[in-house]
Amino acid sequence: MIGEAFAYIPLAFGKRTRHEVLFQMYTTGIKSLGVITIVALFIGMILALQTGLELRRFNQEVSIGTAVTVVMMREMGPFMTGLIIAASVGSAIAAQMGTMVVSEEIAALEIMSINPVRFLVTPRLIALIVMMPILTVYTNILGVVGGAVVGATQLGVAFNAYFDNAIRYADNKDLYVGLLKAMIFGVIITTVACHQGFGATEGAVGVGQATRRTVIISFLTILVVGYMVTRLFYS
Amino acid sequence: MIRFENVTKRLGRKIILNDVSFEINAGETFVIVGSSGAGKSVSLRHMVRLLTPDRGKVYVGEDVVSHAYGKDLERIRSRFGVLFQSAALLQWLSVGDNVGLPLREHTAMGDEEIDKLVIEKLELLGLEDAFEKHPADLSGGMQKRVGLARAIIMNPEIILYDEPTSGLDPVTSRTIDRLIDDLRKELGVTSVVVTHDLHSALAIGTRIGMIHAGKMVEIAEPEDFIKSDNEVVRGFLEAQYITKEGTWEKEGES
Ligand SMILES: Nc1ncnc2c1ncn2[C@@H]1O[C@H](COP(=O)(O)OP(=O)(O)OP(=O)(O)O)[C@@H](O)[C@H]1O
Ligand SMILES: [Mg+2]
Repeated sequence: MIGEAFAYIPLAFGKRTRHEVLFQMYTTGIKSLGVITIVALFIGMILALQTGLELRRFNQEVSIGTAVTVVMMREMGPFMTGLIIAASVGSAIAAQMGTMVVSEEIAALEIMSINPVRFLVTPRLIALIVMMPILTVYTNILGVVGGAVVGATQLGVAFNAYFDNAIRYADNKDLYVGLLKAMIFGVIITTVACHQGFGATEGAVGVGQATRRTVIISFLTILVVGYMVTRLFYS
Repeated sequence: MIRFENVTKRLGRKIILNDVSFEINAGETFVIVGSSGAGKSVSLRHMVRLLTPDRGKVYVGEDVVSHAYGKDLERIRSRFGVLFQSAALLQWLSVGDNVGLPLREHTAMGDEEIDKLVIEKLELLGLEDAFEKHPADLSGGMQKRVGLARAIIMNPEIILYDEPTSGLDPVTSRTIDRLIDDLRKELGVTSVVVTHDLHSALAIGTRIGMIHAGKMVEIAEPEDFIKSDNEVVRGFLEAQYITKEGTWEKEGES
Protein backbone atom coordinates (compact mmCIF):
# COMPACT_ATOMS: atom_id res chain seq x y z
CA MET A 1 0.00 0.00 0.00
CA ILE A 2 2.70 2.46 0.94
CA GLY A 3 4.55 1.74 -2.28
CA GLU A 4 1.36 2.57 -4.13
CA ALA A 5 1.03 5.75 -2.09
CA PHE A 6 4.53 6.79 -3.13
CA ALA A 7 3.75 5.94 -6.75
CA TYR A 8 0.89 8.43 -6.71
CA ILE A 9 3.02 11.28 -5.41
CA PRO A 10 3.71 12.70 -8.90
CA LEU A 11 -0.05 12.87 -9.46
CA ALA A 12 -0.46 14.89 -6.29
CA PHE A 13 0.59 18.12 -7.89
CA GLY A 14 -2.70 18.58 -9.68
CA LYS A 15 -4.64 21.59 -8.52
CA ARG A 16 -7.15 19.85 -6.30
CA THR A 17 -4.81 17.36 -4.70
CA ARG A 18 -2.35 20.14 -3.97
CA HIS A 19 -5.07 21.85 -2.03
CA GLU A 20 -5.69 18.65 -0.06
CA VAL A 21 -1.97 18.25 0.68
CA LEU A 22 -1.74 21.82 1.96
CA PHE A 23 -4.79 21.26 4.10
CA GLN A 24 -3.24 18.11 5.59
CA MET A 25 0.00 19.95 6.28
CA TYR A 26 -1.90 22.73 7.96
CA THR A 27 -3.89 20.38 10.23
CA THR A 28 -0.75 18.40 11.05
CA GLY A 29 0.97 21.58 12.22
CA ILE A 30 -2.00 22.99 14.09
CA LYS A 31 -2.89 19.75 15.85
CA SER A 32 0.55 19.33 17.32
CA LEU A 33 2.11 22.76 17.70
CA GLY A 34 0.95 23.38 21.26
CA VAL A 35 2.16 20.08 22.65
CA ILE A 36 5.39 20.22 20.68
CA THR A 37 6.18 23.66 22.05
CA ILE A 38 5.79 22.61 25.66
CA VAL A 39 7.50 19.24 25.27
CA ALA A 40 10.46 20.71 23.34
CA LEU A 41 11.06 23.48 25.89
CA PHE A 42 11.01 21.10 28.80
CA ILE A 43 13.15 18.47 27.10
CA GLY A 44 15.77 21.17 26.48
CA MET A 45 15.51 22.34 30.07
CA ILE A 46 15.82 18.84 31.47
CA LEU A 47 18.79 18.05 29.25
CA ALA A 48 20.52 21.25 30.28
CA LEU A 49 19.89 20.70 33.94
CA GLN A 50 21.03 17.09 34.01
CA THR A 51 24.15 17.52 31.92
CA GLY A 52 24.84 20.89 33.51
CA LEU A 53 24.94 19.48 37.01
CA GLU A 54 27.39 16.80 35.92
CA LEU A 55 29.53 19.17 33.87
CA ARG A 56 29.70 21.63 36.74
CA ARG A 57 31.84 19.10 38.66
CA PHE A 58 34.48 19.63 35.97
CA ASN A 59 33.80 23.36 35.64
CA GLN A 60 32.52 22.72 32.14
CA GLU A 61 29.00 24.10 32.50
CA VAL A 62 29.46 26.12 29.34
CA SER A 63 29.50 22.90 27.32
CA ILE A 64 25.80 22.37 27.95
CA GLY A 65 25.30 24.42 24.78
CA THR A 66 26.88 21.66 22.72
CA ALA A 67 25.40 18.86 24.75
CA VAL A 68 21.82 20.09 24.45
CA THR A 69 22.12 21.03 20.78
CA VAL A 70 23.72 17.79 19.67
CA VAL A 71 21.35 15.60 21.61
CA MET A 72 18.35 17.55 20.37
CA MET A 73 19.40 17.45 16.73
CA ARG A 74 20.54 13.86 16.62
CA GLU A 75 17.99 12.14 18.82
CA MET A 76 15.52 13.98 20.96
CA GLY A 77 14.20 16.38 18.31
CA PRO A 78 13.09 13.81 15.74
CA PHE A 79 12.22 11.27 18.41
CA MET A 80 9.95 13.50 20.48
CA THR A 81 8.37 15.03 17.37
CA GLY A 82 7.74 11.54 16.05
CA LEU A 83 6.07 10.41 19.24
CA ILE A 84 3.89 13.49 19.46
CA ILE A 85 2.85 13.30 15.81
CA ALA A 86 2.14 9.57 16.13
CA ALA A 87 -0.07 10.21 19.13
CA SER A 88 -1.88 13.24 17.73
CA VAL A 89 -1.87 13.03 13.93
CA GLY A 90 -1.30 9.29 13.47
CA SER A 91 -4.13 8.36 15.76
CA ALA A 92 -6.40 10.90 14.07
CA ILE A 93 -5.59 9.46 10.64
CA ALA A 94 -6.31 5.92 11.84
CA ALA A 95 -9.60 7.02 13.39
CA GLN A 96 -10.65 8.85 10.25
CA MET A 97 -9.74 6.02 7.89
CA GLY A 98 -11.36 3.49 10.21
CA THR A 99 -14.57 5.49 10.38
CA MET A 100 -14.57 5.75 6.61
CA VAL A 101 -14.29 1.98 6.28
CA VAL A 102 -17.07 1.37 8.76
CA SER A 103 -19.43 3.92 7.22
CA GLU A 104 -18.84 2.48 3.72
CA GLU A 105 -17.13 5.65 2.48
CA ILE A 106 -14.12 3.68 1.24
CA ALA A 107 -16.44 1.31 -0.58
CA ALA A 108 -18.18 4.32 -2.13
CA LEU A 109 -14.83 5.64 -3.38
CA GLU A 110 -14.02 2.26 -4.91
CA ILE A 111 -17.35 2.16 -6.71
CA MET A 112 -16.66 5.59 -8.13
CA SER A 113 -13.27 4.23 -9.26
CA ILE A 114 -11.50 6.74 -7.06
CA ASN A 115 -8.46 4.98 -5.66
CA PRO A 116 -8.57 5.42 -1.87
CA VAL A 117 -4.79 5.27 -1.65
CA ARG A 118 -4.31 8.07 -4.14
CA PHE A 119 -7.23 10.04 -2.74
CA LEU A 120 -6.54 9.64 0.97
CA VAL A 121 -3.11 8.17 1.72
CA THR A 122 -0.86 10.05 -0.68
CA PRO A 123 -1.80 13.57 0.51
CA ARG A 124 -1.25 12.53 4.12
CA LEU A 125 2.03 10.86 3.27
CA ILE A 126 3.35 13.96 1.54
CA ALA A 127 2.10 16.17 4.34
CA LEU A 128 3.90 14.14 7.00
CA ILE A 129 7.13 13.77 5.00
CA VAL A 130 7.23 17.55 4.64
CA MET A 131 5.94 18.52 8.07
CA MET A 132 7.99 16.13 10.20
CA PRO A 133 11.35 17.77 9.38
CA ILE A 134 9.85 21.24 9.74
CA LEU A 135 8.36 20.44 13.11
CA THR A 136 11.58 18.75 14.13
CA VAL A 137 13.55 21.89 13.38
CA TYR A 138 11.03 23.77 15.50
CA THR A 139 11.43 21.23 18.31
CA ASN A 140 15.22 21.52 18.09
CA ILE A 141 15.16 25.30 18.28
CA LEU A 142 12.80 25.36 21.25
CA GLY A 143 14.80 22.64 22.98
CA VAL A 144 18.00 24.61 22.58
CA VAL A 145 16.26 27.75 23.82
CA GLY A 146 14.89 25.85 26.81
CA GLY A 147 18.40 24.70 27.57
CA ALA A 148 19.68 28.25 27.32
CA VAL A 149 17.10 29.48 29.80
CA VAL A 150 18.06 26.85 32.35
CA GLY A 151 21.73 27.55 31.64
CA ALA A 152 21.26 31.24 32.34
CA THR A 153 19.01 30.95 35.37
CA GLN A 154 20.27 27.80 37.12
CA LEU A 155 23.83 27.25 36.00
CA GLY A 156 25.12 30.75 35.40
CA VAL A 157 25.95 30.19 31.73
CA ALA A 158 25.42 33.40 29.78
CA PHE A 159 23.27 33.23 26.62
CA ASN A 160 26.21 34.31 24.44
CA ALA A 161 28.54 31.66 25.77
CA TYR A 162 25.82 29.00 25.45
CA PHE A 163 24.97 29.74 21.82
CA ASP A 164 28.62 30.25 20.91
CA ASN A 165 29.41 26.86 22.28
CA ALA A 166 26.37 25.33 20.62
CA ILE A 167 27.22 26.64 17.17
CA ARG A 168 30.92 25.89 17.37
CA TYR A 169 30.64 22.19 18.09
CA ALA A 170 27.37 21.13 16.51
CA ASP A 171 27.87 19.48 13.14
CA ASN A 172 25.82 19.82 9.97
CA LYS A 173 25.75 16.05 9.85
CA ASP A 174 23.81 16.03 13.12
CA LEU A 175 21.17 18.21 11.57
CA TYR A 176 20.87 16.17 8.37
CA VAL A 177 20.71 12.81 10.08
CA GLY A 178 18.08 14.17 12.43
CA LEU A 179 15.99 15.47 9.56
CA LEU A 180 16.36 12.21 7.66
CA LYS A 181 15.06 10.43 10.73
CA ALA A 182 12.15 12.81 10.92
CA MET A 183 11.18 12.03 7.33
CA ILE A 184 11.43 8.31 7.92
CA PHE A 185 9.26 8.67 11.01
CA GLY A 186 6.71 10.53 8.90
CA VAL A 187 6.56 7.59 6.50
CA ILE A 188 6.27 5.15 9.40
CA ILE A 189 3.42 7.05 11.03
CA THR A 190 1.40 7.38 7.81
CA THR A 191 1.95 3.74 6.91
CA VAL A 192 0.95 2.39 10.28
CA ALA A 193 -2.03 4.73 10.67
CA CYS A 194 -3.47 4.07 7.21
CA HIS A 195 -2.83 0.37 7.42
CA GLN A 196 -4.59 0.12 10.77
CA GLY A 197 -7.39 2.43 9.71
CA PHE A 198 -8.16 0.58 6.48
CA GLY A 199 -8.07 -2.69 8.39
CA ALA A 200 -10.68 -1.54 10.89
CA THR A 201 -13.75 -3.72 11.27
CA GLU A 202 -16.80 -4.03 13.46
CA GLY A 203 -17.93 -0.51 14.05
CA ALA A 204 -16.75 1.87 16.72
CA VAL A 205 -14.86 -0.83 18.60
CA GLY A 206 -12.76 -1.56 15.55
CA VAL A 207 -11.97 2.11 15.07
CA GLY A 208 -10.88 2.43 18.70
CA GLN A 209 -8.65 -0.58 18.32
CA ALA A 210 -7.09 0.76 15.12
CA THR A 211 -6.32 4.03 16.86
CA ARG A 212 -4.74 2.39 19.88
CA ARG A 213 -2.67 0.01 17.76
CA THR A 214 -1.48 2.88 15.59
CA VAL A 215 0.00 4.72 18.56
CA ILE A 216 1.66 1.65 20.04
CA ILE A 217 3.06 0.26 16.80
CA SER A 218 4.31 3.69 15.70
CA PHE A 219 6.03 4.24 19.06
CA LEU A 220 7.84 0.93 18.90
CA THR A 221 8.79 1.25 15.25
CA ILE A 222 10.08 4.78 15.76
CA LEU A 223 12.22 3.60 18.67
CA VAL A 224 13.74 0.70 16.78
CA VAL A 225 14.22 2.48 13.46
CA GLY A 226 15.62 5.53 15.25
CA TYR A 227 18.25 3.33 16.84
CA MET A 228 19.12 1.68 13.54
CA VAL A 229 19.56 4.99 11.75
CA THR A 230 21.79 6.23 14.55
CA ARG A 231 23.88 3.11 14.30
CA LEU A 232 24.14 3.43 10.57
CA PHE A 233 25.54 6.97 10.73
CA TYR A 234 27.50 7.02 13.96
CA SER A 235 29.44 3.80 14.18
CA MET B 1 -28.38 -7.97 -16.90
CA ILE B 2 -27.12 -9.15 -13.53
CA ARG B 3 -26.81 -12.87 -12.96
CA PHE B 4 -25.81 -14.81 -9.88
CA GLU B 5 -24.60 -18.29 -10.72
CA ASN B 6 -24.27 -20.69 -7.79
CA VAL B 7 -22.86 -18.00 -5.55
CA THR B 8 -21.69 -19.08 -2.12
CA LYS B 9 -20.25 -16.63 0.36
CA ARG B 10 -19.12 -17.22 3.89
CA LEU B 11 -18.38 -14.31 6.21
CA GLY B 12 -16.87 -15.09 9.55
CA ARG B 13 -18.31 -18.42 10.58
CA LYS B 14 -21.65 -17.90 8.87
CA ILE B 15 -22.63 -18.90 5.34
CA ILE B 16 -24.47 -15.82 4.14
CA LEU B 17 -25.23 -16.90 0.58
CA ASN B 18 -25.55 -20.61 -0.06
CA ASP B 19 -25.44 -21.62 -3.72
CA VAL B 20 -27.65 -18.75 -4.85
CA SER B 21 -28.66 -18.34 -8.49
CA PHE B 22 -30.97 -15.75 -9.97
CA GLU B 23 -31.10 -13.21 -12.75
CA ILE B 24 -32.14 -9.59 -12.88
CA ASN B 25 -33.32 -8.46 -16.30
CA ALA B 26 -32.40 -5.25 -18.04
CA GLY B 27 -34.87 -2.47 -17.41
CA GLU B 28 -36.53 -3.98 -14.38
CA THR B 29 -36.77 -2.83 -10.81
CA PHE B 30 -35.82 -5.87 -8.81
CA VAL B 31 -36.62 -5.59 -5.12
CA ILE B 32 -34.78 -7.67 -2.56
CA VAL B 33 -36.47 -8.20 0.78
CA GLY B 34 -35.53 -10.25 3.79
CA SER B 35 -35.05 -9.97 7.51
CA SER B 36 -32.18 -8.03 9.02
CA GLY B 37 -28.89 -9.83 8.55
CA ALA B 38 -30.29 -12.07 5.81
CA GLY B 39 -27.61 -11.00 3.36
CA LYS B 40 -29.32 -8.32 1.30
CA SER B 41 -26.45 -5.85 1.50
CA VAL B 42 -24.01 -8.69 0.95
CA SER B 43 -25.82 -9.57 -2.28
CA LEU B 44 -25.65 -5.98 -3.52
CA ARG B 45 -21.96 -5.81 -2.71
CA HIS B 46 -21.31 -8.83 -4.92
CA MET B 47 -22.76 -7.01 -7.92
CA VAL B 48 -19.97 -4.42 -7.85
CA ARG B 49 -17.28 -6.67 -6.48
CA LEU B 50 -16.99 -5.09 -3.09
CA LEU B 51 -17.23 -8.73 -2.10
CA THR B 52 -15.99 -11.73 -4.07
CA PRO B 53 -17.89 -15.01 -3.93
CA ASP B 54 -16.16 -18.02 -2.40
CA ARG B 55 -17.74 -20.11 -5.13
CA GLY B 56 -19.80 -19.24 -8.18
CA LYS B 57 -19.87 -16.21 -10.44
CA VAL B 58 -21.65 -12.92 -10.76
CA TYR B 59 -22.25 -11.58 -14.26
CA VAL B 60 -23.05 -8.05 -15.32
CA GLY B 61 -24.16 -8.28 -18.91
CA GLU B 62 -21.42 -10.29 -20.59
CA ASP B 63 -18.80 -9.48 -17.98
CA VAL B 64 -17.90 -11.62 -15.01
CA VAL B 65 -17.78 -8.91 -12.39
CA SER B 66 -16.91 -11.33 -9.62
CA HIS B 67 -13.49 -11.96 -11.15
CA ALA B 68 -12.81 -8.65 -12.86
CA TYR B 69 -9.99 -6.38 -11.80
CA GLY B 70 -8.14 -3.25 -12.87
CA LYS B 71 -9.47 -1.35 -15.86
CA ASP B 72 -12.10 -4.00 -16.54
CA LEU B 73 -13.53 -3.65 -13.08
CA GLU B 74 -13.50 0.13 -13.40
CA ARG B 75 -15.42 -0.10 -16.65
CA ILE B 76 -18.02 -2.42 -15.14
CA ARG B 77 -18.36 -0.29 -12.03
CA SER B 78 -18.82 2.83 -14.12
CA ARG B 79 -22.13 1.37 -15.31
CA PHE B 80 -23.38 1.45 -11.71
CA GLY B 81 -24.64 4.03 -9.32
CA VAL B 82 -24.78 2.85 -5.73
CA LEU B 83 -26.72 4.24 -2.80
CA PHE B 84 -25.17 2.77 0.33
CA GLN B 85 -27.16 1.84 3.41
CA SER B 86 -25.25 4.41 5.44
CA ALA B 87 -25.25 7.02 2.63
CA ALA B 88 -21.41 6.92 2.74
CA LEU B 89 -20.86 10.63 2.14
CA LEU B 90 -17.37 12.03 2.61
CA GLN B 91 -17.67 13.98 5.83
CA TRP B 92 -15.19 16.74 5.04
CA LEU B 93 -16.75 17.67 1.71
CA SER B 94 -19.85 19.80 1.30
CA VAL B 95 -23.00 18.27 -0.13
CA GLY B 96 -22.29 19.94 -3.47
CA ASP B 97 -18.75 18.57 -3.59
CA ASN B 98 -19.91 15.11 -2.57
CA VAL B 99 -22.48 14.90 -5.33
CA GLY B 100 -20.12 16.42 -7.88
CA LEU B 101 -17.14 14.23 -6.95
CA PRO B 102 -17.61 11.60 -9.70
CA LEU B 103 -17.90 14.34 -12.32
CA ARG B 104 -14.83 16.09 -11.00
CA GLU B 105 -12.78 12.88 -10.98
CA HIS B 106 -13.91 11.34 -14.24
CA THR B 107 -14.93 14.12 -16.59
CA ALA B 108 -13.23 17.23 -17.91
CA MET B 109 -16.16 19.43 -16.90
CA GLY B 110 -15.51 22.82 -15.36
CA ASP B 111 -16.71 23.85 -11.92
CA GLU B 112 -19.70 25.80 -13.18
CA GLU B 113 -20.95 23.00 -15.36
CA ILE B 114 -20.59 20.53 -12.50
CA ASP B 115 -22.40 22.78 -10.06
CA LYS B 116 -25.25 23.18 -12.50
CA LEU B 117 -25.73 19.41 -12.83
CA VAL B 118 -25.37 18.93 -9.08
CA ILE B 119 -28.04 21.53 -8.32
CA GLU B 120 -30.31 19.90 -10.87
CA LYS B 121 -30.08 16.55 -9.07
CA LEU B 122 -30.41 18.12 -5.65
CA GLU B 123 -33.60 19.90 -6.75
CA LEU B 124 -34.95 16.63 -8.03
CA LEU B 125 -34.59 15.28 -4.50
CA GLY B 126 -35.86 18.38 -2.72
CA LEU B 127 -32.44 19.31 -1.37
CA GLU B 128 -31.73 22.59 -3.11
CA ASP B 129 -30.91 24.31 0.21
CA ALA B 130 -28.30 21.76 1.21
CA PHE B 131 -25.67 22.56 -1.43
CA GLU B 132 -23.26 24.36 0.90
CA LYS B 133 -23.91 22.26 3.99
CA HIS B 134 -21.78 19.43 5.28
CA PRO B 135 -23.13 15.90 5.74
CA ALA B 136 -22.86 16.16 9.52
CA ASP B 137 -25.35 19.03 9.49
CA LEU B 138 -28.01 16.96 7.74
CA SER B 139 -30.53 14.48 9.10
CA GLY B 140 -30.08 10.81 8.24
CA GLY B 141 -32.86 10.97 5.69
CA MET B 142 -31.33 13.99 4.01
CA GLN B 143 -27.92 12.29 3.87
CA LYS B 144 -29.62 9.34 2.19
CA ARG B 145 -31.01 11.61 -0.47
CA VAL B 146 -27.64 13.26 -1.02
CA GLY B 147 -26.19 9.76 -1.44
CA LEU B 148 -28.89 9.10 -3.99
CA ALA B 149 -28.07 12.30 -5.85
CA ARG B 150 -24.44 11.19 -6.02
CA ALA B 151 -25.47 7.72 -7.21
CA ILE B 152 -27.38 9.13 -10.18
CA ILE B 153 -25.12 12.04 -11.11
CA MET B 154 -23.26 10.06 -13.79
CA ASN B 155 -26.55 8.78 -15.28
CA PRO B 156 -25.68 5.12 -14.69
CA GLU B 157 -27.57 2.34 -16.44
CA ILE B 158 -27.81 0.24 -13.28
CA ILE B 159 -28.57 1.64 -9.84
CA LEU B 160 -28.28 -0.26 -6.58
CA TYR B 161 -30.28 1.12 -3.68
CA ASP B 162 -29.62 -0.19 -0.18
CA GLU B 163 -32.68 0.82 1.82
CA PRO B 164 -33.35 4.08 0.01
CA THR B 165 -36.35 4.98 2.15
CA SER B 166 -35.34 3.81 5.60
CA GLY B 167 -35.41 6.73 7.99
CA LEU B 168 -37.49 8.86 5.65
CA ASP B 169 -40.97 10.18 6.35
CA PRO B 170 -43.77 8.57 4.31
CA VAL B 171 -44.18 11.53 1.99
CA THR B 172 -40.49 11.73 1.10
CA SER B 173 -40.40 7.95 0.79
CA ARG B 174 -43.05 8.10 -1.89
CA THR B 175 -41.05 10.80 -3.68
CA ILE B 176 -38.07 8.45 -3.77
CA ASP B 177 -40.27 5.57 -4.93
CA ARG B 178 -41.56 7.74 -7.74
CA LEU B 179 -38.02 8.75 -8.69
CA ILE B 180 -36.92 5.12 -8.92
CA ASP B 181 -39.95 4.30 -11.00
CA ASP B 182 -39.45 7.30 -13.28
CA LEU B 183 -35.83 6.36 -13.89
CA ARG B 184 -36.99 2.96 -15.08
CA LYS B 185 -39.85 4.19 -17.22
CA GLU B 186 -38.15 7.19 -18.77
CA LEU B 187 -34.53 6.10 -19.03
CA GLY B 188 -34.79 2.34 -18.89
CA VAL B 189 -32.55 2.19 -15.85
CA THR B 190 -32.16 -1.21 -14.25
CA SER B 191 -32.60 -0.96 -10.48
CA VAL B 192 -31.97 -3.28 -7.60
CA VAL B 193 -33.65 -2.08 -4.44
CA VAL B 194 -33.12 -3.51 -0.98
CA THR B 195 -35.91 -2.52 1.33
CA HIS B 196 -37.84 -3.47 4.45
CA ASP B 197 -40.80 -1.45 3.30
CA LEU B 198 -43.12 -3.91 1.59
CA HIS B 199 -45.53 -1.26 0.47
CA SER B 200 -42.77 0.42 -1.41
CA ALA B 201 -41.55 -2.96 -2.70
CA LEU B 202 -44.98 -3.75 -4.09
CA ALA B 203 -45.36 -0.29 -5.55
CA ILE B 204 -42.12 -0.06 -7.51
CA GLY B 205 -40.96 -3.63 -7.99
CA THR B 206 -41.32 -5.42 -11.28
CA ARG B 207 -40.24 -8.49 -9.36
CA ILE B 208 -39.57 -9.16 -5.72
CA GLY B 209 -37.04 -11.63 -4.39
CA MET B 210 -36.85 -12.75 -0.80
CA ILE B 211 -33.60 -13.87 0.82
CA HIS B 212 -33.78 -16.18 3.78
CA ALA B 213 -31.23 -18.47 5.40
CA GLY B 214 -28.73 -18.14 2.59
CA LYS B 215 -31.22 -18.81 -0.19
CA MET B 216 -33.39 -16.82 -2.55
CA VAL B 217 -36.60 -18.47 -1.33
CA GLU B 218 -39.05 -16.70 -3.62
CA ILE B 219 -38.90 -14.59 -6.73
CA ALA B 220 -42.20 -13.34 -8.10
CA GLU B 221 -44.03 -10.39 -9.55
CA PRO B 222 -45.79 -8.32 -6.87
CA GLU B 223 -49.22 -9.79 -7.70
CA ASP B 224 -47.91 -13.30 -7.19
CA PHE B 225 -45.58 -12.41 -4.36
CA ILE B 226 -48.40 -11.53 -2.00
CA LYS B 227 -50.16 -14.76 -2.91
CA SER B 228 -47.04 -16.84 -2.31
CA ASP B 229 -47.48 -20.02 -0.33
CA ASN B 230 -43.92 -19.96 0.92
CA GLU B 231 -44.07 -19.93 4.71
CA VAL B 232 -41.27 -17.44 5.14
CA VAL B 233 -42.85 -15.06 2.66
CA ARG B 234 -46.25 -15.39 4.33
CA GLY B 235 -44.74 -14.60 7.71
CA PHE B 236 -42.95 -11.60 6.26
CA LEU B 237 -46.12 -10.30 4.58
CA GLU B 238 -48.33 -10.84 7.58
CA ALA B 239 -45.89 -9.02 9.82
CA GLN B 240 -46.65 -5.99 7.67
CA TYR B 241 -50.41 -6.59 7.63
CA ILE B 242 -50.54 -7.64 4.02
CA THR B 243 -52.90 -10.52 3.25
CA LYS B 244 -53.40 -12.57 0.11
CA GLU B 245 -56.48 -10.59 -0.78
CA GLY B 246 -54.89 -7.29 0.08
CA THR B 247 -54.77 -4.44 -2.37
CA TRP B 248 -52.05 -1.91 -2.80
CA GLU B 249 -51.39 0.99 -5.02
CA LYS B 250 -49.06 0.45 -7.91
CA GLU B 251 -46.72 3.38 -8.53
CA GLY B 252 -47.88 5.53 -11.40
CA GLU B 253 -51.44 4.23 -11.42
CA SER B 254 -52.85 6.74 -8.99
N1 LIG C 1 -17.47 -7.92 6.60
C1 LIG C 1 -18.19 -8.82 7.28
N2 LIG C 1 -17.58 -9.72 8.08
C2 LIG C 1 -18.29 -10.63 8.77
N3 LIG C 1 -19.61 -10.75 8.70
C3 LIG C 1 -20.28 -9.89 7.93
C4 LIG C 1 -19.61 -8.88 7.17
N4 LIG C 1 -20.53 -8.18 6.48
C5 LIG C 1 -21.72 -8.73 6.80
N5 LIG C 1 -21.58 -9.75 7.66
C6 LIG C 1 -22.65 -10.60 8.18
O1 LIG C 1 -23.40 -11.03 7.09
C7 LIG C 1 -24.77 -11.09 7.42
C8 LIG C 1 -25.58 -10.38 6.38
O2 LIG C 1 -25.26 -9.01 6.38
P1 LIG C 1 -26.02 -7.98 5.47
O3 LIG C 1 -25.38 -6.66 5.73
O4 LIG C 1 -26.07 -8.45 4.07
O5 LIG C 1 -27.48 -8.00 6.08
P2 LIG C 1 -28.75 -7.27 5.52
O6 LIG C 1 -29.63 -8.31 4.96
O7 LIG C 1 -28.36 -6.16 4.63
O8 LIG C 1 -29.40 -6.74 6.86
P3 LIG C 1 -29.92 -5.27 7.23
O9 LIG C 1 -31.33 -5.24 6.82
O10 LIG C 1 -29.78 -5.21 8.71
O11 LIG C 1 -29.07 -4.28 6.52
C9 LIG C 1 -24.90 -10.51 8.81
O12 LIG C 1 -25.09 -11.56 9.71
C10 LIG C 1 -23.58 -9.83 9.07
O13 LIG C 1 -23.24 -9.95 10.41
MG1 LIG D 1 -28.12 -4.19 4.79
